[in-house]
Amino acid sequence: MEFIRQAKLFASTEGAFIEQELFESGAGIEATATSPDEVQNRSYPNSFGRHQGSGGYEYVTALELDQHGQRIGEEAVALLTAPQCPSGVRTLILDASQTALQIHESCGHPTELDRVFGMEAAYAGTSFMTPEKLNHLQYGSPKVTITADALTPTGLGTFGWDDEGVPAQRTFLIKNGLFVGYLTSRETASVLGQASNGTMRADGWNRIPLIRMTNVNLEPGDSSLEQMVAETRDGVYMETNRSWSIDDKRLNFQFGTQLAYEIIDGKRGRMLKNATYAGITPEFWNSCDAVAGRPEWRVWGLANCGKGQPPQVAHVAHGAAPARFQHVKVGILK
Amino acid sequence: MKSMEVVRLTDEAELKTFTRGLLERSPAQQTEVMVTEWDSALTRFANNGIHQNVAERNVSVRVRVVKDGKTGVASINQLNETAAADVLKRAVAIADLQPRSEVVPMPGPATAQPVEAWSDATAGATPEERADFVENVCAKAGRVGLKAFGAFSTSAGQFAIANSLGVYHHHRSTQATVNSVVMGEAGSGYADRGAIDVRELDKNELSDEVIDKAQRNQNAQPVDPGIYEVVLEEYAVAEMLEFMSFMGFGALAVQEERSFMRLGEKITGDQVSVWDDGLDRTGIPSSFDFEGVPKQRVELITNGVASGLVYDMQTATRAGRQSTGHGLPAPNTDGPFAVNLFMKPGSAVKSDLVSDIKRGIWVTRFWYIRIVHPKASIITGMTREGTFLIENGKITRPVKDLRFTQSILEALKGTLALTASTKLQVSEYLGASRVPAVRLKAFDFTS
Repeated sequence: MEFIRQAKLFASTEGAFIEQELFESGAGIEATATSPDEVQNRSYPNSFGRHQGSGGYEYVTALELDQHGQRIGEEAVALLTAPQCPSGVRTLILDASQTALQIHESCGHPTELDRVFGMEAAYAGTSFMTPEKLNHLQYGSPKVTITADALTPTGLGTFGWDDEGVPAQRTFLIKNGLFVGYLTSRETASVLGQASNGTMRADGWNRIPLIRMTNVNLEPGDSSLEQMVAETRDGVYMETNRSWSIDDKRLNFQFGTQLAYEIIDGKRGRMLKNATYAGITPEFWNSCDAVAGRPEWRVWGLANCGKGQPPQVAHVAHGAAPARFQHVKVGILK
Repeated sequence: MKSMEVVRLTDEAELKTFTRGLLERSPAQQTEVMVTEWDSALTRFANNGIHQNVAERNVSVRVRVVKDGKTGVASINQLNETAAADVLKRAVAIADLQPRSEVVPMPGPATAQPVEAWSDATAGATPEERADFVENVCAKAGRVGLKAFGAFSTSAGQFAIANSLGVYHHHRSTQATVNSVVMGEAGSGYADRGAIDVRELDKNELSDEVIDKAQRNQNAQPVDPGIYEVVLEEYAVAEMLEFMSFMGFGALAVQEERSFMRLGEKITGDQVSVWDDGLDRTGIPSSFDFEGVPKQRVELITNGVASGLVYDMQTATRAGRQSTGHGLPAPNTDGPFAVNLFMKPGSAVKSDLVSDIKRGIWVTRFWYIRIVHPKASIITGMTREGTFLIENGKITRPVKDLRFTQSILEALKGTLALTASTKLQVSEYLGASRVPAVRLKAFDFTS
C-alpha cells in the first residue's frame, strides 16, 4: 500500500497564487511461484507493486484485494506448467492494464514536445512524432482516439493547475487515428505558435518542471472483451504487464505479460506462459480493430515514469479498456 | 569573475554527535540511524547549448527502530535536534502499529577498512568548469555540422551510519559523470565518462569519441534480424552485468528460487570471472554498506563457475552465515545488491576484436533493457547510437538499431575474447562496474 499527501504552492509575477493539496492511495497483491526452471508472478490489480489513483482509502477498499488472493495464487502455480506462448503472427487482445502501458510507452512519451525538440536526447531519447507529421501522420486506425485529460477522476495525472500555473485541461493527441496534438509547456508550445496545454510537472520542490503525461487516455470504443474474443478465430489474449521495452524514438517495442490464453474459434483456450509481443508503433495502432466500451474502461495509475537529468519520477495515468490488434508478432521467447 | 561553488557538508564530528544523541534518546531495544548528505550540481545541454543548470544540497536522516519484535522506519531531510526528535518519535509510533514479524538483525561493531573516494577538485567544481567541458563538445560538434546533447554532473557527499549495538561508520565521496549524444541529420553517437576525480574526465577524449561515432553512424541501413557474432563495447557489457546483479547475484534471489545462479556449476565461458569489491579504488568504492557492515570482496563467477553470492543481514541470518556487506537501506524488500562489480579483463586490443569475424554486429550500447525471464537470465533491449555491421574482419557500415532477446548466460558461454583495457561505468541507478569490451560468438537480434 502507498499513501501520499502533497501540498503544492505556486506563485508567479504574472499574478498566479495557487495552492493545491493532492492525495494518492494505492494497493496491490502479488503471488510468486517457482520450479527448478521457472519463476512466475501474478499480481492484482496491476503490476509495478500496486494500483494507484488520486483519492483516499476508499480507493483501496474498492479494490477488494481479499477477493483475488486465491485466484492469483492458483494462476501463478498453473503458469509453471502451462505451455510456452507459441511464436507466430496472430490476433492479439490486450487487457485494459496492458493497453494502458502500451499507450504510455508508444503514445504518451513520443508526444512530449520537449522530447521532440531534443531536450531529452541524451537520456530518454527523442521521438518519431516530429512536427511535420502533426495533422498528417495516420498514427492509428479510426478506432484510436487518445486524449490528454488532466481532469479525469481518480487519475494520477489529475490536478487543478500544472507547475507553470496553466489550468488543467483535456486535449486531443490522436483523433480517429490522426496525430493532432502534443503534450506541451509554455516554452515549447510557443515554438509551434500554440499555448501550453498544461503538462509541466516537477517531482518535488528540488526539481524543475518537465513535460509529463497527465492522464493520457484511449477513449472507449464500442466493443467488449467478450465480443472481441468471440470474433477471433486464431489469437492470444494477454493480461498484466511483466516486461516492457521500447527504443529511444518510441517505435520498436516488445512487451511481456504475466498471463495469456490462446483464443481458438472464438473461445478462450489453454493458459500460456512467458507471453510476449512486439511491433512498430504506427503499424501496431493502425492494426487496432476494436476497443471495448465504457463499462470496461478504467483509469490505470503509473507511479514510476522516469525522465530527466537529474532523474525525476512522475505519477501519471491512462484510461484504457481491452483492445484488439491484428497481425501482431507474438511469442518472441521461444 | 568565477562563481564560488565550494561544497558545504556538515562536519563529521557534528554528525557523530547527532547520531549518538539520537541513539541515546531512543526508547527502542535497538535503533539505527543513517545520515546521507549530498551537494550536487548538473549542467545539461541540448542542440549545442546549455539549457539547464541545477544544484542541490540536501540531507536524509533515516531511523530504524526495533521495539518488542516490531520494526519501524521513518526519515526526514533536516539535521537538527527538533528533526531528530520528530523522526525518532515517528519511527517508534510506526513500530508500535506493526504486527510482530521477522526482525532484520542489526550488526555489531566491526572495523571497516578505510577507502579513499574523495577529490577536492570534484567537490570544488564550478559551473564554469562544467560549462567549459560542455563548450568543448558543443563547439566541436557544431564545427562539423552536428548537434551535441548531454549532461555533466559533479557531486560530493557523506554517509554515516550508527546503531545502538555500537556501530559507527563514516564515508565521504565525490563523483563526476558526463554523458553525451551527438546527432547528425541521419544518425548519432554516444560517449560517457565517470570518475571520483573530475580531472580524470578528458573533454577532448570524450568529444573526439562521440563525434567520431556520430560521423560513422550516419545513414544506417537495416540488417536482417538473426543470430550474429558480436562485439560489445564496455557501455553494453556494463549494462549486461548490472542486470545480472539485479536478477541473480543477491542471496535473496537464490533463497526465493528466482536466480540464475547455480553455485558450483559452470554457467558461462571459462574466460568469464566477475566479482564485487567495494574496496577497490578503480571502481567507486565504499567501505561499508547501508546496514553498517564492512564490505567484503565476493567472487561471483570464477572462470565460468558460479562461485558466490552477496548477502545482507537478513539473508545471511537465514543462511547461518555472515553478511558480506551488501545491504540496502531499510525497509528493503529487494535483498542484498552487488554494486561494485568487476569483470576480469583479457588480453585483446579493442580494435582487434573484429579481426576474425566474418559477419557480425558491433554494439556501442544498449537501451531500455528489461528482464524477460530471470531464471534463464533472458533480457530484451535495443541497441542505440552506434550499431555497425562487421564483414570479413572490418566494420563496413552502420546498421539500424536492433532489438535483442537474449539469455546473458548463453551469450557469455560463447565468450571468445575480452580486452586488456577496462572502463569504469557509473550506474544510472546505484554503484558502478569496471569492465572490458567483449567478443561473443552468438547474440540473438529478434527485430
